[in-house]
Amino acid sequence: MDEMKGVVLEYIVDEYVDEDDDVEVDFDTALISSGIVDSFSMVSLKIFLEKKYDITLADSEATPEAFDTVTSIVELVNKHLG
Amino acid sequence: MSNIGSYEERLKDFDWGIAKEVLGWEDGELLNIGHICTDRVCARGQADKIALIWEGFGDKKHTYTFDDLRIYSNGFAKFLCDRGLKPGDRICIFMDKIPSLYFSFLGVLKMGGVAQPLFSAFGDESLEVRLESAGTAAILTTRKHVKKIRKILDKLPELKHVIVVEGDESKLKGEEVFFDVEAAPRVEEFDAYEATPETPSVLHYTSGTTGQPKGAQHVHSSIWGQALTASWVLDLRDDDIYWCTADPGWVTGTSYGIIGPWSLGVTQCVLDSGFTCARWYQFIQDNRITVWYSAPTAIRSLMRDGVEPVNAHDLSSLRHLASVGEPLNAEAVIWSEEVFGLPFLDTFWQTETGAMMISNYPGMPIKPGSMGKPFPGIEAAVLDLKTHDPIEEPGRVGLIAFRPGWPAMFRAYRNKPDIYRSKFAGAPEGAKPDELRTNTDLWYVSGDRASIDTDGYYWFVGRDDDVINTGGHLVGPFEIESALVEHEAIAEAAAIGKPDKVNMEVVKAFVSLKPGFEPSGDLELSIMNFIRKKLSPLAMPQEIEYMEKLPKTRSGKILRRYLRALEWGEDVGDLSTLEDD
Repeated sequence: MDEMKGVVLEYIVDEYVDEDDDVEVDFDTALISSGIVDSFSMVSLKIFLEKKYDITLADSEATPEAFDTVTSIVELVNKHLG
Repeated sequence: MSNIGSYEERLKDFDWGIAKEVLGWEDGELLNIGHICTDRVCARGQADKIALIWEGFGDKKHTYTFDDLRIYSNGFAKFLCDRGLKPGDRICIFMDKIPSLYFSFLGVLKMGGVAQPLFSAFGDESLEVRLESAGTAAILTTRKHVKKIRKILDKLPELKHVIVVEGDESKLKGEEVFFDVEAAPRVEEFDAYEATPETPSVLHYTSGTTGQPKGAQHVHSSIWGQALTASWVLDLRDDDIYWCTADPGWVTGTSYGIIGPWSLGVTQCVLDSGFTCARWYQFIQDNRITVWYSAPTAIRSLMRDGVEPVNAHDLSSLRHLASVGEPLNAEAVIWSEEVFGLPFLDTFWQTETGAMMISNYPGMPIKPGSMGKPFPGIEAAVLDLKTHDPIEEPGRVGLIAFRPGWPAMFRAYRNKPDIYRSKFAGAPEGAKPDELRTNTDLWYVSGDRASIDTDGYYWFVGRDDDVINTGGHLVGPFEIESALVEHEAIAEAAAIGKPDKVNMEVVKAFVSLKPGFEPSGDLELSIMNFIRKKLSPLAMPQEIEYMEKLPKTRSGKILRRYLRALEWGEDVGDLSTLEDD
């Protein structure tokens, strides 16, 4: 669980946070509601999760609420992994 | 009783002069949008009225009166003049929906500058193209976004001033200047620039099928159209609390997120926070919002989350709902009536039209899924696709067109007179923009298709070109394709809109790869993120299809329409020009 959190967090920091941004992102940082990740960019995050963990996320699951923190994202992925 | 009263009655003997009556305008008053939305409202006894209720992420909340709006817009106007900026200079506003965006927009107009708002999610390449085209002299931004400007500053010799209005001053670089208007000395008096009706005011960029985005130039007299439509369509009244969800980087966010409501002295709310259903409903509940102007994409997202979150909030303050950006499907209208007790009324207009053109009106029977009827004073038609003659036959599809001459009409595409002329059916060769916009024998052709039913209601069919409408924002395929081929793996690219339940369309890219690269999930992600950062999240392909070779005409032009027809399951049309293979 923690390892997965680390992988997801690293991807988000690499892709969505600029080096000189003044934001610290941790497992519980709000991503969508804070505007760090906008709703359009969620698609690339969803595809990353699908490729990385070999799962398929339905559009109805990929909601702004479900993608709002690393913790909630990992919960969603784990549901699919069983 | 609504402001418009009877739509049918308003059609009789309509004159745009009624906008002045709505504003209580007197002859000899100063026509300057920045002044009208601030100084004038205060002078009419509303200085202490709340103008802006602003909320950001993390429980940040500020309220500002019309007097605050006056003082802070004065502050920006004076600061810009002191920096040597002159009337007519293009001054870009590139920031999130923070209060300084609104103050600076009005301040730029007050000092006679041309406000050039740009969507803050644009990447450096999107930004560069628009700043270069506009010959922008100054840019107002925040610490969060200034790094994009640093990447392109060397390529923009006309951009002399980079002004950071928020963030940590100590982290500025080079010749960047810091200006926090709320911390600066209050500027009680500023003599607003004496604009004429034709003085340029706002420059909004919009995408087309070919070439780079075009700057649609608006003028100060646009306010007659924006104020009157805000009164009659949005039905804004003195005691309303109004929320326009649009970002002022796009035309809705300035015409109806600044100019329309504030010219009428109406209190408005701004939420500068990412979208979640619960946050939006909470915002409405907390601020007792009465009039809500949003977009079909947002409405469909709310629909997806169902009625439960609606019931968890007190939304009883809402009394009027309207929508813009893309066609509002019948299901969304019916759903909103069921859950909010109010239908969303669809409105149709464009960056170029500056104000609403075809709408549903309070009191007029609604046909869910219809765009409504032309605003009084707007002569509209659908034109035959080939002859450009108005279609009389109900239900037959043609091009939506308008007779030129409405107040908020764009006056030019910046430095592109030929493209401006091409928007007018029947335009004489070599006609100048001023001749075109006043020639009521011509038709301005919108680029959208529709039909008209027997009752005079318009029904949207689709775009007449390859421009992609995603979440209510137009994205040009050429801009995306140009950026795609800059990716190290891509040899050729085509971008089209593919159907999407929430956003109407999203970008799909077809690419062929250079030797040595193979299709993979990692490459797909790399391409998506490349475009997201370079252009914007809106332009990011949500699907990438790899092809050995893209379909082309014999002359080598990529057949985008062929790919689009295949994607939409439509007739691919005449393929006689397709390259043999």
